[in-house]
Amino acid sequence: MAEAVLVLSDGSVFKGQHFGAAGTTFGEVVFNTGMTGYQEALTDPSYAGQLLTMTYPLIGNYGVADVDIESNGVQVAGFVVRTLADVASNWRMQGTLHDYLVKSGTVGIQGIDTRQLTRVIRAGGVMMGAISSTETAGELLEKLQSSTSGYDQIDWVSRVTTKQPYTWGPSEADARFHVAVLDCGIKFNILRSLASRGVRTTVFPASTPASEMIATNPDGYFLSPGPGDPALLGYAITTVTALINAGKPVMGICLGNQLLGCALGGHTYKLPFGHRGANHPVKDLLTGKVVITSQNHGYALDPDSLPADDVEVTQINLNDGTVEGLRHRHLPVFSIQYHPEASPGPHDSNQYFDQFVSSMEAAKG
Amino acid sequence: MPRRLDLKKVMVIGSGPIVIGQAAEFDYAGAQACRALREEGISVVLVNSNPATIMTDVEMADRVYIEPLTPEFLEQIIARERPQGLVPTLGGQTGLNLASKLSELGILEKYDVELLGTPLSTIQKAEDREQFRALMREIGEPVPESWIIDSDAALAELSVQDNLPWPLIVRPAYTLGGSGGGIAHTIPELLEIGGRGLRLSPVSQVMIERCLVGWKEIEYEVMRDANDTCITICNMENFDPMGVHTGDSIVVAPSQTLSDKEYQMLRTASLKIIRALGIEGGCNVQLALDPDTYAYYIIEVNPRVSRSSALASKATGYPIARVAAKIAIGLHLDEIENKVTGRTLACFEPAPGLLCCEDSTLAI
Repeated sequence: MAEAVLVLSDGSVFKGQHFGAAGTTFGEVVFNTGMTGYQEALTDPSYAGQLLTMTYPLIGNYGVADVDIESNGVQVAGFVVRTLADVASNWRMQGTLHDYLVKSGTVGIQGIDTRQLTRVIRAGGVMMGAISSTETAGELLEKLQSSTSGYDQIDWVSRVTTKQPYTWGPSEADARFHVAVLDCGIKFNILRSLASRGVRTTVFPASTPASEMIATNPDGYFLSPGPGDPALLGYAITTVTALINAGKPVMGICLGNQLLGCALGGHTYKLPFGHRGANHPVKDLLTGKVVITSQNHGYALDPDSLPADDVEVTQINLNDGTVEGLRHRHLPVFSIQYHPEASPGPHDSNQYFDQFVSSMEAAKG
Repeated sequence: MPRRLDLKKVMVIGSGPIVIGQAAEFDYAGAQACRALREEGISVVLVNSNPATIMTDVEMADRVYIEPLTPEFLEQIIARERPQGLVPTLGGQTGLNLASKLSELGILEKYDVELLGTPLSTIQKAEDREQFRALMREIGEPVPESWIIDSDAALAELSVQDNLPWPLIVRPAYTLGGSGGGIAHTIPELLEIGGRGLRLSPVSQVMIERCLVGWKEIEYEVMRDANDTCITICNMENFDPMGVHTGDSIVVAPSQTLSDKEYQMLRTASLKIIRALGIEGGCNVQLALDPDTYAYYIIEVNPRVSRSSALASKATGYPIARVAAKIAIGLHLDEIENKVTGRTLACFEPAPGLLCCEDSTLAI
């Protein structure tokens, strides 16, 4: 296989072999510790603009299948693995990972010492990087260092959100509830999880004014996950503020948790190397129970910035104590920083969708 | 909950001689457990009949007894040492059987010794075939359909039942190495193999079961504490499918041919089972997964530290026996320090950046 190179903005160079599409790609280099679920991760809009590194050393073993997609295409800017499996085997597979990335035009690199790469990121924090099968390390480093627009300056949500509203789930006649979704980078399994509970969803572009969503008179609002820095999303925070004030049940996941916190007066900060994996322990402060969760986020809410009279931190991460969940003290509004919809990851916390449905039941009376 | 302060002295039973089914892995587990208990300021009384083990080194426990592993000897040691608790799940099947015996004989009650960790009733539920199958049906986890047949008439009646899950495997009861059994694909084959099995079995009994030969053989090592927090340490996939004994095969950790949906489906099932059984400590769940659909069956559960937990420990660096010992004395997973990182807790799921293979055929 042809040579390829991965360069980090701190000057680190990793030589490997190219797979997937040929060419050059730039992005923020992040790592995910999950052992399975590479296709779900590749298609998760929250990875937009990022060069995703899998710490598990053998990737591609079970091929790719349409049932595993979480959005309409590959979202990552590039893909970094230790070893791409030569042979894939699973009854569901429709193709190999290599062919899948060729078709989607995604540049991949293998043969990288992903343990060393992860150490560099853990020590220095996430940083910009480039993968190329056509340019030299020197050329890439020069471009990285002269570039003025890093990952944090871009509104990634505007790039991944739906262009037109669409609906998902049971027909209007069969639906128990109707939910309006603010799409900052929704994952299909959230829509599937709601649909399996009899919830029909209408998914709106992130720039939709709140009045337009409120006008559809839904039973509740859902704030989706999504990529990038929430501080750049003033328009969405304004929308969320109005949705909270509409008085209906609101549920948020991941970026939705951050937007909710911001709308209630809090602010976020960037984590040094984020939480990306399927093994994060989270403690529910209300019950004392601990669950293992699926995570993918680079920012977190500052708990001290939240107005204690209105908001309660309900869950924390046991690894670093960061905020993992909120609830409003007076309104049927709550959010979770991790991914109860899993896909990929453990299914231990999908009761939050039931909780959302129950709160719509209660509100409907 | 912090550790129970009423426990000052605890007894640990080793696994005895190293033979097939009681491999050196239990020495590794027992030694880890002794250290874990002593770290908490508990005085450890260790009994093992095998002096060729690490756990019987004088520095591993406060008192080391190298005596035969029989109820009579254990009673004498208990009378002399008067431990408040006994950890039965770290010495393999030998430790577990002895603990059950001591309980049945009333010795534990007589000397006021509490069984720590997974309750005895749970162990029985996991090990008794019928009780286990009933529990699985109760919680909606699939077990392979099976029938106990003790006459030619019953065999003939079964063979014409509608919707039998062909092919069927026939296992005569109490024949040496299960000889006389076989796989039946048709009614005539079932009558022939079943009939032969009935005549070969000294008790004229055969078990007929859905045949899972060729299905993927998957295991999950899971842990639970008294707060009902459950985690997976590692899963494993047998290189050879069902039908080839694990001892003749290669085990790979973690699984390599499961997609996330399959991995999580079996993980969820394993955690549901450890919860339903009420295990406090480690547990091994074995499952068969259809290579062509999402269908699976629960094969069996080991409610203790097993051969597989040693492999899972080595593959992930997660000290299963150490953590199981801490759980047995009342600690919760989120109160146990992770020795590997020194700053996080034992309550997380290892994400090993490696692939680990164990070839059992080389070990024997």
